[in-house]
Amino acid sequence: MSNASELPPSPPRSRGAMTFALIIIGLFFIGLMGLLYYGVKRSDRAGRDALPSPLIGKPSPAFDLPLLHEPGKRVTNADLKGQPYVMNVWGSWCPECRVEHPILTKFALTKRVRFIGYNLKDERQDALRWLEQFGNPYMMVIADIEGRAAIDWGIYGAPETFLVDGNGVIRWKHVGAIDQAIIDHQLIPALEKIEAGR
Amino acid sequence: MLPELGQIALILALLVAMLQAVLPLAGAQRGKASWMEVARPAAYAQLWLVMLAFIALTVAFVQQDFSVKYVAGNSNSLLPMVYRYTAVWGSHEGSLLLWALVLAIWTGAVALFSRGLPDVVMARVLGVMGVVAIGFLAFLIFTSNPFIRLLPSPGEGRDLNPLLQDPGMIIHPPLLYVGYVGFVVPFAFAIAALLDGHVDARWLRWTRPWTNVAWGFLTLGIALGSWWAYYELGWGGWWFWDPVENASFMPWLVGAALIHSQAVTEKRGAFRGWTLLLAIAAFSLSLLGTFLVRSGVLTSVHAFAADPTRGLFVLIFLGVVIGSSLLLYAWRAPQLSEGESEKSYFAANSRETLLLANNLLLAAACAMVLLGTLYPLIADALELGKISVGPPYFSLLFIVLMAPLVALVPFGPITKWQRENLRKPLAMLLPWAGLAIALAVIAWFVAPQGKLKAAAGILGAAWVGLGTLRFVWSRLRANGRFTPEMLGMTLAHTGIAVFLVGALLVEALNVQRELAVKPGQTVEVGRWGFHFQGVDETQGPNYLSDRGHVQVLRDGKPVTLLHPEKRAYASGGQVMTEAGIRPGVLGDVYVAIGEPLGDGAWALRVHIKPFVRWIWLGAALMALGGFVTAADRRFRNHRKPEANPA
Repeated sequence: MSNASELPPSPPRSRGAMTFALIIIGLFFIGLMGLLYYGVKRSDRAGRDALPSPLIGKPSPAFDLPLLHEPGKRVTNADLKGQPYVMNVWGSWCPECRVEHPILTKFALTKRVRFIGYNLKDERQDALRWLEQFGNPYMMVIADIEGRAAIDWGIYGAPETFLVDGNGVIRWKHVGAIDQAIIDHQLIPALEKIEAGR
Repeated sequence: MLPELGQIALILALLVAMLQAVLPLAGAQRGKASWMEVARPAAYAQLWLVMLAFIALTVAFVQQDFSVKYVAGNSNSLLPMVYRYTAVWGSHEGSLLLWALVLAIWTGAVALFSRGLPDVVMARVLGVMGVVAIGFLAFLIFTSNPFIRLLPSPGEGRDLNPLLQDPGMIIHPPLLYVGYVGFVVPFAFAIAALLDGHVDARWLRWTRPWTNVAWGFLTLGIALGSWWAYYELGWGGWWFWDPVENASFMPWLVGAALIHSQAVTEKRGAFRGWTLLLAIAAFSLSLLGTFLVRSGVLTSVHAFAADPTRGLFVLIFLGVVIGSSLLLYAWRAPQLSEGESEKSYFAANSRETLLLANNLLLAAACAMVLLGTLYPLIADALELGKISVGPPYFSLLFIVLMAPLVALVPFGPITKWQRENLRKPLAMLLPWAGLAIALAVIAWFVAPQGKLKAAAGILGAAWVGLGTLRFVWSRLRANGRFTPEMLGMTLAHTGIAVFLVGALLVEALNVQRELAVKPGQTVEVGRWGFHFQGVDETQGPNYLSDRGHVQVLRDGKPVTLLHPEKRAYASGGQVMTEAGIRPGVLGDVYVAIGEPLGDGAWALRVHIKPFVRWIWLGAALMALGGFVTAADRRFRNHRKPEANPA
C-alpha cells in the first residue's frame, strides 16, 4: 500500500466479471423469492411458532378435583375414560376467555363431543357468576383452585383447550382463544381422526 | 357516506396511477411529447385523491364511525382524541394507506420541485413512481380495504393496540414511511437512467438531494422507534434486532452506502453501475421490509396478523418490481461503464477506494442483517427446527463489520480524490489518534465496570469526532470555503461519534437491578437511592393504572419523584408498562414497576443508563447532516438545456 501512488490507474472491469456478478445477483434474488414464497405459504399455519406440546400423544395426567357446582363431588381422570372429550381451561379473571366463549358455546351445542370446563385459579363465587352471565355450555366444570393439577397438564394460563380420546390420551391442544377457523380446521379434523380410529 | 367517498377516491387514484405509469413511459420511449405531459398532472391528481381517501378515513376515526370495520377494530369510544388521529395508521389497512399517501406526496414533490428536468427524464421518473403506486393502491383496494363497512354497526369498537397509545407513535410511523418510501425517488431516477441508457453528473445532481432527505427521514424514524421502545416496552433496551426493526434498518444501511456512492459518481464519474444497483437495492429493501412486516412471514414483537393472500400479493409485486429492475440493469449496466472517462480512474490510495470500502462494509452489514432476519425461515425450510439467531449473532457480526468502517471514517474527508500519498493523511491524523488512545486509556481506568467496552466506545467516538474536527480545521485554514455539503457530512460524521458514545457506554456502564421493595423502604444502587413510597390506583381515560411513587436520591439528596405505571386497558385487558424516567445528558435513571409481591411489596426494575440519550442525539445529527447536504445550492441549479429555455 505504501507505494500505491506509483500504481497505474485501476483498469476497467472486464465483461466476464460483470456477467458473473449479475448471475450471482440473479441467483440470489431467485433464491430469496423462493424462500419468501415458502414463508408466505406456511404463514397461516396456526401455531407455527408454538412449541409442540410434549403431552400430545401421552396419557392425560392423573387428577382428582372437585366439581365447581358441587364441591362435594370429585372427578378423576379415570371417570372420564371411554369417550373422547374436549376440556376447556378458563377463569373469570381471563378476558380472552370471554372472546372465545360464544364460539365454544356454539360448538358445544352441536353435541359432537363431551365438553368439559376446567376452571383455573378462580374464586368459586366469581366463576359461578361468570357462567350465569355468559352461559354454561359445559357438561361439567372441574375446579382447580390452586392450579396444582394444571402443572401436570402443562397448562400455563387460560384459555387453553385439550382434546382427549377415549383411552385418555391427549390428542390435540390449543393455547389461547379459539376461533371458528381453529375449530373447523384443527379441532374437528382431530376429532374425526379419533372417531375413524375406533 | 364519507367512507364511500374515500373508497371512490382510492379507485380513481388507482386509475390515475395507471395513466401516470403507462402514458409517460410509453411516450418517453416513442418520443411523444403529449403523452409525456400527462405525467405531472397525473402525479398531482393522484396526490389529491389519495389525500382525500386518507382524510375520509381520519374523519371516520374522529367521528367514531364504528360501522367502518377498520375503525371498529382499532378504536374505542374511550380513546382520547389525539390517538383517534394516530389510530388511522394503527393497523394494517391504514398504515398501507399511509404508505400510499407518502408515495403520492413524494411523487407530487418530485413533480413540483424538479421543473428544470428534461421532459423525458421527468416522464420516466414519474412513470416509474406510477408503477409503484399501482401496486400499492391495488394491494389496498383488493386485499386491505380500510373502508369496508360492518353492518349492522357495532355499538362499541375494540381498542387501538395500547402499545400504540403513546405520543411517540404519533410521528414514528409517518417519519419512518417518509424515509422508507422516499427511496422510491433514487430508484425511479435509476430506472429512468437505465431506460435512457446513460448516466451523467447532471443525473446525480438531481437525485442526490432526494436520497439524502429520504435517508435523513429514515434515520429519524428509526431513532424515534428505538426511543419509543426504550420507554414504552419497559425493558430498558433501545434496539432488539427484531425482524421489524431490521426491516427498516436494511434500507438504512444500503441508503447510507448509496449516499456515499452517489457522491463519488457525481464528482468523479466512477462507480456508475454500482450506484444504480444500490439505488435499486435500497428501494427493493424498502419493499422487502414492507413485505416482511405486512405478510406476517416472521414473528416479532410487532405481532402483525398473518394473511397469506396479502403476503402473496406483496410478494408477487416485489418479484415483478425487483425482477424487472434487475433484468433491465443486467441488460443496460454493461453499456453504462463504457462512458467512464480518464477522470473516473483512481489509484489504490484515494478517496474513491475509501468510499468503496465504506460501501462494501455497509452492504456486507446489510447482507448480515438480512441473513439473520431470514434465518428462522431458512432453518424452517431446511427443517433444522425452530431457531432464531438473536442479538448475540447480530451484535457480534455488526461490531466486526462496523469497527473497520469507524476506523476509516476520518480518512475519507481528508484524502484526495483519485490519488493520494498515503503519508499525508496518516501524518495529519496521527496526533489525533494518539489523543483518542489516551482518552480510551483514561476511560479504561475510570470506568467502574465494562472497562473494555467503555474504552472501545471512547476510542471509536474520540477517533471519529477528533478526525472530523481535523477535517473542519484544515478546511477553515485552507480557504474557509465550507459548503452545505461539507457541513452535512461533518454533522453526520459527528453524529456517528455521538452515537458511539451512547451505544457503547450504555452497554458498558448500564446498571440493572430487580428489586423487591415495601412502601417506605429505600434501596441503594451505586450512588443512587430509591425510596419507594407506595402504589396507588389511578383512572386514566381508557385504562386503570397502578401508579408507583419512587423518590430518587443522589448521594442521599432527593433529586426527583418518578411515577412508573402499569396500565390495564379497559377494552382488551392488556397490561402496559410506562417507565418512570429521569432524563439527563450524562445518563438516565429508569424505573419500571413489576408485579405486586404480597405484603404491600412490589417488584421494581431499576436501570442506571449512562449516556443513553446520546444514541438518539447521534441519530438526530446524522439525519440533520442528510438534510443540510440536500440543501446545498449546487443541487438546485438544474436548468433545462439551452435549446429549450424554461
